[in-house]
Amino acid sequence: MTLVQRMRRAGGLRRQDIIWAYVLILPNLLGFLMFNVGPLVGSLGMVFTDWSIVRPPSFVGLQNFAKLLSDDILATALRNTLYYVVLYVPAVTALAFLLANALDRKVTGIAVFRTIYYLPSVCLLISIAVLWQWLYDTHTGWLNYILSLVGLGPVGWLSDKRWAMPSIALMSVWRHVGYYAVIFLAGLQGIAQELYEAGEIDGAGAWAKLWHITVPLVFPTTFFVLVMAFIEAFQLFGEAFVMTQGGPGYATTTLVFLVYRNAFTAFKMGYAALQAWVLFAFIFAVTLIQWRLAREHGYGFQD
Amino acid sequence: MASRTSISGALRTRRAGARFLADLLVYLVLGTIGITMVLPFIWMIGTSLKTYGEVLVWPPTFFPKVPQWHNYVEAWNFSRNAPFDVFFLNSIIVSASITIAQVVTCSTAGYAFGRLQFPGRDVLFLLYVATLMVPFQVTLVPLYLIMRQLHWVDTRQALIVPNLVSAYGTFLVRQFMLTLPRELEDAARIDGANVPIILLKVILPLCTPVLSTLAILTFASSWNMFLWPLIVISNTRLRTIPIGLALFTAMPEYATIGVPPYQLLMAAATFSMLPTVVVFLLGQRYFIRGIALSGLKG
Repeated sequence: MTLVQRMRRAGGLRRQDIIWAYVLILPNLLGFLMFNVGPLVGSLGMVFTDWSIVRPPSFVGLQNFAKLLSDDILATALRNTLYYVVLYVPAVTALAFLLANALDRKVTGIAVFRTIYYLPSVCLLISIAVLWQWLYDTHTGWLNYILSLVGLGPVGWLSDKRWAMPSIALMSVWRHVGYYAVIFLAGLQGIAQELYEAGEIDGAGAWAKLWHITVPLVFPTTFFVLVMAFIEAFQLFGEAFVMTQGGPGYATTTLVFLVYRNAFTAFKMGYAALQAWVLFAFIFAVTLIQWRLAREHGYGFQD
Repeated sequence: MASRTSISGALRTRRAGARFLADLLVYLVLGTIGITMVLPFIWMIGTSLKTYGEVLVWPPTFFPKVPQWHNYVEAWNFSRNAPFDVFFLNSIIVSASITIAQVVTCSTAGYAFGRLQFPGRDVLFLLYVATLMVPFQVTLVPLYLIMRQLHWVDTRQALIVPNLVSAYGTFLVRQFMLTLPRELEDAARIDGANVPIILLKVILPLCTPVLSTLAILTFASSWNMFLWPLIVISNTRLRTIPIGLALFTAMPEYATIGVPPYQLLMAAATFSMLPTVVVFLLGQRYFIRGIALSGLKG
């Protein structure tokens, strides 16, 4: 077949291609428009309404926004969410980094350790929450038993306002550290071995190599992990729902908890939608920072 | 000359000694963390085999005197208020339908976006990517209202249908298909194959890695789905495992007693974990690949 024939053939198929493309996309596109884009647009419109499900929505302008600014519970929920982020994100990132460095040593049995570390993150979240709820139990829990052996406690892990959020954060670190360690491991394995050998020749010890070679070179991964952990932490809900029901008091009431309560127990649909957009604003801000840094430093995860 | 070799030899043994110490330290760290990871699970399984009396005993023990295997049977078909066999079946139906559907819808659309040219393609794809940034909670309330309009609240299709399609999955498949060489299709076209034949016979067989990853990640996330079923389902017979577990301790049977029957709760927690754990152990490399691919998402 000559080149001309081939090109003619390809040109002739193009119109058929277009039809096929639309046919192939159609089911996906319908679902996407109906259940992603539609609700998204609807949510934008809802924030200007007072809508209590049983009555039709009424337009209230910026009233929900005004309420947002004077909502004490929202302020509390935001503070709680940020507190959780501060407790969880640096801890899980640092631990995952250290764990990945240990996993990166070429010793036997690494695959087994990796599997064990990864396991909690694939287990059903609610099962894990139920399990830890009992580990944390004030009177029959195992953690307080350990503490009692050294003469401490009992601590009201989930029933004490001061401890409830740190306890959930601790469980989350346990659950996710292996997952993020595997991400770090991929980053570590991308560092050229020659750099370490060059460092050794220059007399760098283990710490110097870690600090001057590993830490700077793995930074894109670190940043990626930080952003992922932040986005995940900002959506905390299921754990708090099962273990503390948002309490004690409002101690573990997070932003998503508030969206859930406002929409489905208080039936303030418009206001709940607006609160969900507050959540979006935080996540979007972090994503923007990520893009900005990625472009400046030339390490895109997009490519 | 002789002294030189002995110096390098000494250096080598010193280095070997340092390496041995370092390895020992690594094992110590890995082992300690490994035990921390495993202990809660051992505690869970141990508890699931205890009697209620052993659950309440102080100091707590790790294992029962006599393993109560019937706890699993009891938890499985617990009561009218907590039929775990029904929850389990619901979870399987929902997760399997979503997974199969997403593999199909994401591979057809991913192919069109990645390898065909048509008007509006880039704008549409941008729209898909843009929605990736929006957390699910934003669409939660309007989606619920749509379900009400359709009279789907408290039906199984409310759990399944909104999840038949995934922008993330479409993105994932499209990115992978972009990496396949163009010549593959050209050769098939010269042989006279049309688009569906090329997709089925040429492209899809090469996409096993990405489709397996997508299937595994989709199954795991559907199995974990919590907020959406919590809202849209109230009928006990339609609940999925996470909801059943979460509301277990709130069952009327336990409203009055202090310590819930943790042995049954732990038995239920154990078999609820099994499907994703089994999938993980079988398809571990796809999970790990999923991590690398999810890097694309950020």
